[in-house]
Amino acid sequence: MTQLLYILAFVVMAIGLWGILSRRHLIRMIIGFSILDTGIHILLVAIGYRKGGTAPILDEALSKGEALMNAVDPVPSALVLTAIVIGLAVTALMLSFAVRMVQNNPTMNADEHKELKW
Amino acid sequence: MIYIVAVLGIVIAVSAVFALYTGKILSAIIASGAVSLVASLIYILAGAPDVAMTEASIGSALTTVVFLIAWRRISRIVATSTEKEDKNA
Amino acid sequence: MLKRILLIVSMVLLALILLPLLEGLGEQTHVSSLAEYYLSSGADDLNSPNLVTSVVVTYRGLDTLGEVTVLFAAAAGIMLAFKGLKMDEKEREKTQGPSELLASGASLLFPILFIFGIYIFTHGHLSPGGGFQGGVVIASAALLLLLSGVIPGVSHLMTSLLEALAGASYVAIGLLGLYLAAGFLDPRFLPRGEWSGIFSAGAIPVIYSLVGIKVGSELSAVLNAMISKGGEK
Repeated sequence: MTQLLYILAFVVMAIGLWGILSRRHLIRMIIGFSILDTGIHILLVAIGYRKGGTAPILDEALSKGEALMNAVDPVPSALVLTAIVIGLAVTALMLSFAVRMVQNNPTMNADEHKELKW
Repeated sequence: MIYIVAVLGIVIAVSAVFALYTGKILSAIIASGAVSLVASLIYILAGAPDVAMTEASIGSALTTVVFLIAWRRISRIVATSTEKEDKNA
Repeated sequence: MLKRILLIVSMVLLALILLPLLEGLGEQTHVSSLAEYYLSSGADDLNSPNLVTSVVVTYRGLDTLGEVTVLFAAAAGIMLAFKGLKMDEKEREKTQGPSELLASGASLLFPILFIFGIYIFTHGHLSPGGGFQGGVVIASAALLLLLSGVIPGVSHLMTSLLEALAGASYVAIGLLGLYLAAGFLDPRFLPRGEWSGIFSAGAIPVIYSLVGIKVGSELSAVLNAMISKGGEK
């Protein structure tokens, strides 16, 4: 299970990076960023996973004593929680810059936006 | 459980590739939302329901909506500018 | 051609970085020693059943404060980018008012979604969920009203006031923890309450509710800036 999650995370990250670098449509490049984000989140969750692990929430099914033996690591979960929210904010920021760029030069092809190229 | 995760992983990879290579931008945006939604199922199976909830509500719902709003604005800007060019020509 | 080669080189570099991580990786059965402490004594420390919430709000509370700041910076950037972006006259004519069905459906759903959001962030220390998820549910409720056209826009004064108040009280509660309890953002200056009651775990529900209000108003303002027609003064 751990290996499978790692491999899945690497595949998704690779697809995302490929999309950012090879596609030239602005929206598709931003979609590549969000796929890369998802891959990194899966990697972090995989780092926190343990064999047969359950959620670190104590209730009737998981008493205080059992938590140490059965619950997954709560730290990566907390990190991913904040990373997802930041991911949304950064995606929205990228999209609003894309809208501004298209307004100045109405084309979706990133190669034709030449203002910041050398 | 490992087979479920493997199947979900294949779905994620296929929809990610679809999002990058499909012809229509609208389908690409929806496919990228599907990537997040299926990833949230994997988080539930990996013992992280907090993360799954966040990913389902933020990563798949709100991000898709933000993409769609931005795409609507961009396509309108592109459409009006091509109309103007046609008139000038 | 050069671009293709550079692209393949960077993919190979990514693989070289990531593959050593896979080497010798078995099924993990133990968690790190830090997590062992959180799992064994986190519940007794803070009296909160959801340990992820304990980590987010208390053990890593300073990180969450920084994260909320990043969210604020991104929201400010989005509003700056959309400021003065006007729609053409022709486009504005195209947008028509909501139909009766859509308007009544949206206004029926809005209070339910709003209360659900509040439920999620006030129960963040008991069940999965918390300030970020609850805030997003509230923002989607506002989005529903905006998209269906029931309200023309979210009041900028209201969202900025709510957000500023929530952010300032977050820092104030952190400082209260510094004076009354063990350190910055320590929630134990309020009574611990009984196990898994809604008024338990010290100040954790208060802090998470403030995060929820802040995230909800911030994201509503962002969505409002992205949707609003602009230039309608």
